[in-house]
Amino acid sequence: MTTSRADGPYDLAVLGAGPAGLAAAVTAAAAGARVALVDAGPRVGGQYWRHRPGDTGAAHHGWAAFQRLRHGLAAHAGRLHHLPGHAVWHTGRTAGGFRTHTLHDGTEQVVESTAVVVATDAYDRQLPFPGWTLPGVFTAGGAQALLKGHGVVAGRRIAVAGTGPFLPAVAAGLAEAGARVVGVFEAGLPASFVRQPLTVAANPAKLAEGAGFLRTLLRHRVPYRTRTAVVAAHGEDEVTGVTVARVDARWRVVPGSERRLDCDTLAVGYGFTPQIEIPLQLGCATRRDIDGSLVATADARQRGSAPGVYLAGEVCGVGGAALSLTEGELAGLHAAQAVGAAVADPAVVRRLVRRRTAQRQFAAALHRAFPVRPGWLGWLRPETVVCRCEEVTVRTVTEAVTELGATDPRTVKLYARPGMGLCQGRVCGYATACLVAARSGREATAEELRGMAGRPIAQPLPLGILAAGDPGADPESGSGIVPDAGTDESSMPAR
Amino acid sequence: MVGAACAYHCTSAGLRVTVVERGAIGGATTAACEGNILLSDKEPGAELELALLSSRLWARTAQALGAERLEYQEKGGVMVAASPATADGLRKLTAVQRAAGIDAVDVSRDEVTGLEPNITPEVAAGAYYPQDCQVQPVLATARLLRHAREHGATVLPGTAVTGFVRDSRGAVTGVRTDSATAPLIPAGRVVNAAGTWGGELAGLAGVPLPILPRKGFILVTEPLPRVVRHKVYTAEYVANVASGDAGLQTSVVVEGTRAGTVLIGASRERVGFDRSVSLPVLRRLAAQAIGVFPFLAEVALLRSYLGFRPYCPDHLPVIGADPRAPGLLHACGHEGAGIGLSAATGHLIAQVITGAAPDLDLAPFRPERFEETTV
Repeated sequence: MTTSRADGPYDLAVLGAGPAGLAAAVTAAAAGARVALVDAGPRVGGQYWRHRPGDTGAAHHGWAAFQRLRHGLAAHAGRLHHLPGHAVWHTGRTAGGFRTHTLHDGTEQVVESTAVVVATDAYDRQLPFPGWTLPGVFTAGGAQALLKGHGVVAGRRIAVAGTGPFLPAVAAGLAEAGARVVGVFEAGLPASFVRQPLTVAANPAKLAEGAGFLRTLLRHRVPYRTRTAVVAAHGEDEVTGVTVARVDARWRVVPGSERRLDCDTLAVGYGFTPQIEIPLQLGCATRRDIDGSLVATADARQRGSAPGVYLAGEVCGVGGAALSLTEGELAGLHAAQAVGAAVADPAVVRRLVRRRTAQRQFAAALHRAFPVRPGWLGWLRPETVVCRCEEVTVRTVTEAVTELGATDPRTVKLYARPGMGLCQGRVCGYATACLVAARSGREATAEELRGMAGRPIAQPLPLGILAAGDPGADPESGSGIVPDAGTDESSMPAR
Repeated sequence: MVGAACAYHCTSAGLRVTVVERGAIGGATTAACEGNILLSDKEPGAELELALLSSRLWARTAQALGAERLEYQEKGGVMVAASPATADGLRKLTAVQRAAGIDAVDVSRDEVTGLEPNITPEVAAGAYYPQDCQVQPVLATARLLRHAREHGATVLPGTAVTGFVRDSRGAVTGVRTDSATAPLIPAGRVVNAAGTWGGELAGLAGVPLPILPRKGFILVTEPLPRVVRHKVYTAEYVANVASGDAGLQTSVVVEGTRAGTVLIGASRERVGFDRSVSLPVLRRLAAQAIGVFPFLAEVALLRSYLGFRPYCPDHLPVIGADPRAPGLLHACGHEGAGIGLSAATGHLIAQVITGAAPDLDLAPFRPERFEETTV
């Protein structure tokens, strides 16, 4: 076990180098704190500013803000250390603060800090439907990551489906990159959004961004259909087409509206699920947000309920990059102040808090405009796979409820294994919770979502790397039966 | 699991049963164990007699309900000794176990490798236990309760017992619950099968029962082909199971599951109901497992889980009627052997309630024994 540190523990470990983490790290370093910016990726920017070396930023939004943060990173290089390629698998508490365990280049690297800022972002929320496990079906975020990170267009004829303002963004990017986007199929009816005029008026930039994506789609003659969903994907070995159907306000298929559409790729996204493994490991309180996701609860200073833990970005409520930047800045200011760096300027804090309030209202309005409706459960067939890792079908989940008497998703998981595979429920956790709750005629509760979200090891970790940190491990042989300390091997005890 | 086994055997004996569960079915210690039905870790005595009876009853239950549905497997256990000294101790153990009725086969180093081709070459000798079995504990609990429901039982999950109902002579005649629909459940007998919380429940009836939590972690790997064929453990395991030490003890228990994952145990700590994850314990378990199966170093850990074994000072469960509270019976305190011992426990409880002669002498398991030894 080695410890990456400059000379002594850091004041602050910032976990995640997306907009929130980057803003927190640069702000805290500017205030005088010694900061480690820990991230699994090779470059800063996270999902939002995922880019290639030498990227000019032409295809990116808010690139100027990113450039400013990159300059800040360089300007404070003396006390702000970016640790790329460090995948965090566990953060624990020590006597003096926190120890963050990462996997780096096949070894364990430990970062010690007085406080932590968790800015671990979110991933696409998945809903199962017939055919969703076929090759050629991507998450909307996955399709965009391929494009931004590798310059790869996911397919030639692409359908984009799901719900939320992210869909036009992904479709516009794909169309600009030369793909034929056969349509954006939005299951919701975002017209309800304009019924919240005050919130919208307070965030003109966000609105203009959305309008820009729609103009791009128009220019490429990409149809944007609302109250329309991809309810099935077809193909033998890969996607060759999809079934598109009109849906009602509850997302039930309008009978007779189904039609086949040829495509080789489908990008689907139903909002986002925040990555809250680290806050849960640290014992932070969580709640169910407006969009149905389980998020970590942050106070006015971006503090989690566990002492010394700060939260910024999607981890405390999905709200997009602009809100993440504001929350990151606030978390950085308050965390720096708490570890003894500069005291935050009250005027700056007030300005940031006002901005955060407006941005959160905008995010809440979006969540209300693009809710996931329970009608998607009706798209499922008994043989539809819910958990792809363990190949658990809708039928098996239903039987766990009806035959074996399970009343909550954790029990279903224990009976039938959805969420027990490689992804540990990241993909199927939300859907399983909804499916089980719906079988009992209700919605999934925060406690049920929590039961599917706790992961003491945040990502798969080779046992050899875990074992290397055992003080009793024999570094010479690396094998051989390790005698049990304190036990007399040769005699069995009397009872 | 123990409560489900009691319901299963009692309904099978013609009794009318209501199962009251505070949380989800099989959601506590049952959901945090490996599902062992073991004879190999027992030494001659009352617990072994119970384990032998339970082993036979589990086989019968698996036949009645379908082994597949319980994921009941006669997988067999392999105990390995690292040093010649441990090997000597192991041979002494197997000799007394054979005398007590366990099928314990001494095997050479080469035979161990034949049973487990991926095991470390640094093994001195071993023992093979063909009777060691495994079930998927949560599934088995659900299946047993389903059978009980089909035979008239009522199952109330999410319902906590808040107190006991007593008649004018002090006899237990039912329980009070926090449920709005079933706040009072009258019963001729009440069986305390609250596992690690059995002492707490007994306290509600005013009878002390010294059941303490003994924390344990299990590591779960990514799914693999069949690389570990039996339940494999080191001879130190038996010593740790029987130890009363409050400090951390770890020993190696490695086994494959039907889902392909490999389970790695076992740690024992007496730290109360502390749910925090201890990395040093996880590291130790990983290091020890790699010691036995070197290939595991390259295998990914997917998750870990922890639970609390119900532990009595003398390592024996509490089974039978409590003379201090007529009408109350106990079926708890099985420590790490609850799944294995549940079948016999449920069967004996049914015998006591129906007035049949118990298949085993219940004196070693009597609930009031802890008070007798207190001076």
